[in-house]
Amino acid sequence: MPEQLLYAMEVTLNGLMAGVMYSLVALGFVLIFKASGVFNYAQGVLALFAALTLVGLKNGQIPFAHVINAIFGTDLHTFGWKLPALLAILLAAGVMVLLAVIIEKLVLKHLVSQAPIILFMATIGLAYFLEGLGDVMWGADIKKLDVGLPQGISETIETLTDRWFGYGFFIDNLDIVATLVAVVLVASLTIFSQYSKQGRALRAVADDHQAALSVGISLRFIWVLVWSIAGFVALVAGIMWGTKSGVQFSLSLIALKALPVLMLGGFTSIPGAIVGGLIIGVGEKLFEFSIGPMVGGATENWFAYVLALLFLVFRPQGLFGEKIIERV
Amino acid sequence: MLYREAGDFKTTYSEDSQTFPIRFDRLGFYVTLLVAFGLVPLFINDYWANAVFVPFLIYAIAAIGLNILVGYAGQVSLGTGGFMAVGAYAVYKLMTSFPDVPVLIHVLLAGGITALVGVLFGLPSLRIKGFYLAVATLAAQFFLVWLFNKVPWFYNYSASGQITVPQSKMLGFYVTGAQTSASAKYLFCLVILTLLAVIARNLTRGTVGRKWMAIRDMDIAAEIIGVNPLNAKLTAFAVSSFFIGVAGALFFAVYLGAAEVTEAFGIQKSFLILFMVIIGGLGSIFGSFAGAAFLVLLPVFLKNVLVGQLGWPTDLAAHLELMIVGALIVGFLIAEPHGMAQLWRLAKEKLRLWPFPH
Repeated sequence: MPEQLLYAMEVTLNGLMAGVMYSLVALGFVLIFKASGVFNYAQGVLALFAALTLVGLKNGQIPFAHVINAIFGTDLHTFGWKLPALLAILLAAGVMVLLAVIIEKLVLKHLVSQAPIILFMATIGLAYFLEGLGDVMWGADIKKLDVGLPQGISETIETLTDRWFGYGFFIDNLDIVATLVAVVLVASLTIFSQYSKQGRALRAVADDHQAALSVGISLRFIWVLVWSIAGFVALVAGIMWGTKSGVQFSLSLIALKALPVLMLGGFTSIPGAIVGGLIIGVGEKLFEFSIGPMVGGATENWFAYVLALLFLVFRPQGLFGEKIIERV
Repeated sequence: MLYREAGDFKTTYSEDSQTFPIRFDRLGFYVTLLVAFGLVPLFINDYWANAVFVPFLIYAIAAIGLNILVGYAGQVSLGTGGFMAVGAYAVYKLMTSFPDVPVLIHVLLAGGITALVGVLFGLPSLRIKGFYLAVATLAAQFFLVWLFNKVPWFYNYSASGQITVPQSKMLGFYVTGAQTSASAKYLFCLVILTLLAVIARNLTRGTVGRKWMAIRDMDIAAEIIGVNPLNAKLTAFAVSSFFIGVAGALFFAVYLGAAEVTEAFGIQKSFLILFMVIIGGLGSIFGSFAGAAFLVLLPVFLKNVLVGQLGWPTDLAAHLELMIVGALIVGFLIAEPHGMAQLWRLAKEKLRLWPFPH
């Protein structure tokens, strides 16, 4: 096979892997949007917050050390222990559940039946707050996250492809792990929502709030549940992205990358989030590879949006979204 | 007692259709104008101009523009930062290409160019609605910022990729460049803001504004009673982008002086202005002013208290500020989802009875 084609194949594969990472973030959006009609802009910041908490817990940092030092003039930093990765992950998941309860109690409860735009703005406010909170609690410096996931170029794949095509593909080990995790995550979410009692209640709420209420489903519990799940998905996304590029502010910007994925896949579809992510991932990598050099590169910043925009002109509800029916 | 709609009799049509038909409102408007034009320029210094007044005036223009689109026409846009960048780069190219033309004309032309770009990005709104549109406008935001970063023609091939405003004069005073006095900056922005605000107020009261509101409330119903959605949506995008473009031009030329596009006109700016509109009140010109004032003053106030009074480190103060702004926004949305304009309406309600309640 010609070199160029093989290279394009490698780019495509890498794009697929990147797409999976986008899907991980998009999943959280879809879950919350489906269950409560809230367009949760804070999803990216949730991922950042989860990753920060994980690193903080793992390294035994004292929360709010910065503030305490500023007020009392002390010099506190760490408790002086390190937690094993698994325990830290479990604790961080607990923190995310707690956060979901608090968000429901303090914010969502009071905003029932407001216009969608108001709820959207509230989640942006929430995003600001959590961003500040994360920094105040754990400090704003860039942190390294290592929970024992394999990193670097996968040698097995390189030697295998080298034997088959005479050209070794460079694939990041972490991307492979992320793909596996995403598959497990989506499968378990699907099983949960199809076969468990709470999952059925969740789908009922997504379908019709009023009807769900009238058959005795607690809306508030479902919201806490769905925000907890979204928090957990954010934690997974935070671990993946944090391992890849360090835990820092830019982690919260992956939310912006997930938005075109959502548009493409439809706001209400879990498979849509995955397929949308893959299309965007492959599309932007291939575009950058083929057209990018001609126009000065860095097309990844906008390509996803423009693709989604053009796509929506022909199919306004996205690939798998529910058909928009308008009545007067 | 103080605020009365009744007893204000009009005898001519022109009186009846004036911009502020109620005497109290009219008086308030004139007093505000008097203070803004007569009093403030006498006392203004560089700190107040740069920290409070000039950003307030410029953000007010942008907020009015976005309010026309979001509040009156119901099309949510997150591309404000991108459109401001169009205004800024347009005015930069115009000022460097035609240095002899007065800068006011350049600013207005820059608004016009932004309007064209806005219409272009507004076209998908005919098919896409709601949040899908909001996300679609992000395409404008990211694409435009990327464009101004990557095409050297826009920043005149300067080595740093920055744009720096050339000096220019209006009526014998510097209005752009390093030698501009605080009051000149202030007055220049104020004149433009006053003009645009009056235009916006009258547009939203007239046929165009009613069409926008009909589209906002229910587009299919509006179409059936004879509002052309193509016209209504695209005029909303055009007028809104014109305002935002003028704001972007002023932000660069008068306020910043030198700008780098990702930093000055990034996505944060889009959110900031959307916050102003929502906190101020959707579909209210007064609300745009109130929202802009609130979000300009809040960080200045917090910074003064946290860093100036308590002496905390600046980075900690910045993070706390983020938390406080976020919490205030959420709190505000919970307490009064219709924004500060609604508070003003309630206040008027109270004033009508005060000081003699039933």
